Amino acid sequence: MQDILIFENVRQVFYTDTQETVAIEDLSFAVKKGQFAAILGPSGCGKTTVLSLISRLIKPTSGQIKILSDNPNAVGYMLQHDHLFGWRTIEKNITLGLEILGKKSKEDYLYANTLMEKYGLGEFKTHYPNQLSGGMRQRTALIRTLATRPDILLLDEPFSALDYQTRLNVCEDVYSIIRKENKTAILVTHDISEAISLADVIFVLTARPSTLRATHVTGLQDIPSPLKRRESKDFSAQFQILYNYLNGGNK
Amino acid sequence: MKNNTALSPQHLKYLKNKKKAAIAVHVARLGLLVVFLGVWELLAVTGAIDVFLTSSPSRVLETIVTMTTDGQLLKHVWASLYETVAGYVIGTVAGYLIAVALWWNVHVRKVFEPYLVVINSLPKIALGPLIILWAGTGKNSIIVMTVLISVVITAISLMNGFCETDKNKILLMQSMHATKLQTFTKLVAPANLPTLTATLKINVGMSWVGSIMGEYLVSREGLGYLLVYGSQTFRLDLVMSCTVLLCALAGVMYAIVAVAEKLLLKNKY
Ligand SMILES: Nc1ncnc2c1ncn2[C@@H]1O[C@H](COP(=O)(O)OP(=O)(O)OP(=O)(O)O)[C@@H](O)[C@H]1O
Ligand SMILES: [Mg+2]
Repeated sequence: MQDILIFENVRQVFYTDTQETVAIEDLSFAVKKGQFAAILGPSGCGKTTVLSLISRLIKPTSGQIKILSDNPNAVGYMLQHDHLFGWRTIEKNITLGLEILGKKSKEDYLYANTLMEKYGLGEFKTHYPNQLSGGMRQRTALIRTLATRPDILLLDEPFSALDYQTRLNVCEDVYSIIRKENKTAILVTHDISEAISLADVIFVLTARPSTLRATHVTGLQDIPSPLKRRESKDFSAQFQILYNYLNGGNK
Repeated sequence: MKNNTALSPQHLKYLKNKKKAAIAVHVARLGLLVVFLGVWELLAVTGAIDVFLTSSPSRVLETIVTMTTDGQLLKHVWASLYETVAGYVIGTVAGYLIAVALWWNVHVRKVFEPYLVVINSLPKIALGPLIILWAGTGKNSIIVMTVLISVVITAISLMNGFCETDKNKILLMQSMHATKLQTFTKLVAPANLPTLTATLKINVGMSWVGSIMGEYLVSREGLGYLLVYGSQTFRLDLVMSCTVLLCALAGVMYAIVAVAEKLLLKNKY
């Protein structure tokens, strides 16, 4: 399959009054079209920075980031919290991205509507976010990101604000939606089980200044649900391998 | 509302008690006013206090009725109301626009910040003589005074609200490639609607301070003028009547803003 995102020797330095932080030292990796990739790393290693770079919110200090798509809005970013706007209805929250892009065509709104109906938000269209459960809000945030039809979805620890039970359910939910819509996804997390249960390929980062420590292929893409993946027999073996990578074991 | 048939007896009792408590508050509020007016009147009638200095509820009422019938009252109330509302609207709108400009550009904000602080601390009444020289002795001077009092605080509190908009929501807008204008109209402005309504409420008081103070300085009409005139001619009935009217006017204006706030915010924030 074809690469859709390529990092080539990316280096990112942040400056503040008192210090210079090298967040990313020398990072190279590639994500293929349709893949579900996870970026796994200890806290503060620069995971969010990687996503900011992909979505072009910041420019790399050096190195190259290539996105191989003709879509000018190739990247959709789902942040850690849902950040739904309380003064907008669910429907209006979902079409926010379309409004911003000035995409006023009927077709775009129809697509957003189809997504809402398909994923069970139809009856909540006219509700306000504070009338929805945490899981529903997260789903709304995902549909909002999908509405502008990005090729690549960036997910920054999208479940970390939820309690464990909800977290497992929302995880199922998000996974199945992303698969059904055939998107490339890049998930950032420091949770090993979450990475294995969702991703086809996992890039493990070192502590700051971070670089790539290992690329791990889960080989679980034929199991259609994150919960089932957690039950698969080599789940714990994979967990051990990744745990060792994270804690400085060799390649 | 949900159907009441499903409510348990305990729940009904809870609601009933709550309603009772609410009624008690209303009764107490009204009672306090009645008692206050009653005692005042009683003391006045029995001669325990000197009505020449304190007036009395019945004399206030009488004054208001006479002034209403000869058309004097309407003229003065109208003058004050006009100045206050004009100053209120101009001050709030100008303050909002200044806040937007300051939010828009960090550099501009940094440059103006110390000036704002100084102007905010300055007692605006000190500018009275200047205002009169520049804007004349008419209503305009009073409106300028009213605007001055509300505009700076409006600009400062709205600017602070704008700048404190959730950074992650700003990030969300940026990740969707929103322009600065879109970020303002779709996020910063609606997110700060509660800040705006809070400012609108504060400005009710500010504007009355401005207009009455302005009328103390220069005026031929208005409640502030009447107050000064009344005190200089020792007509305490007039002074008290004006005070009561001011209370009522400011109260009504505040109530209108509070209702507007409720409608604007509903339960979305
Ligand atoms: N705009 C910035 N200015 C200065 N330093 C920054 C900036 N953004 C990030 N950093 C620093 O870069 C490093 C990596 O930050 P980043 O947020 O990418 O890590 P993370 O892996 O997402 O952390 P977490 O697990 O807490 O989410 C941190 O040390 C952080 O302090
Ligand atoms: Mg992060």
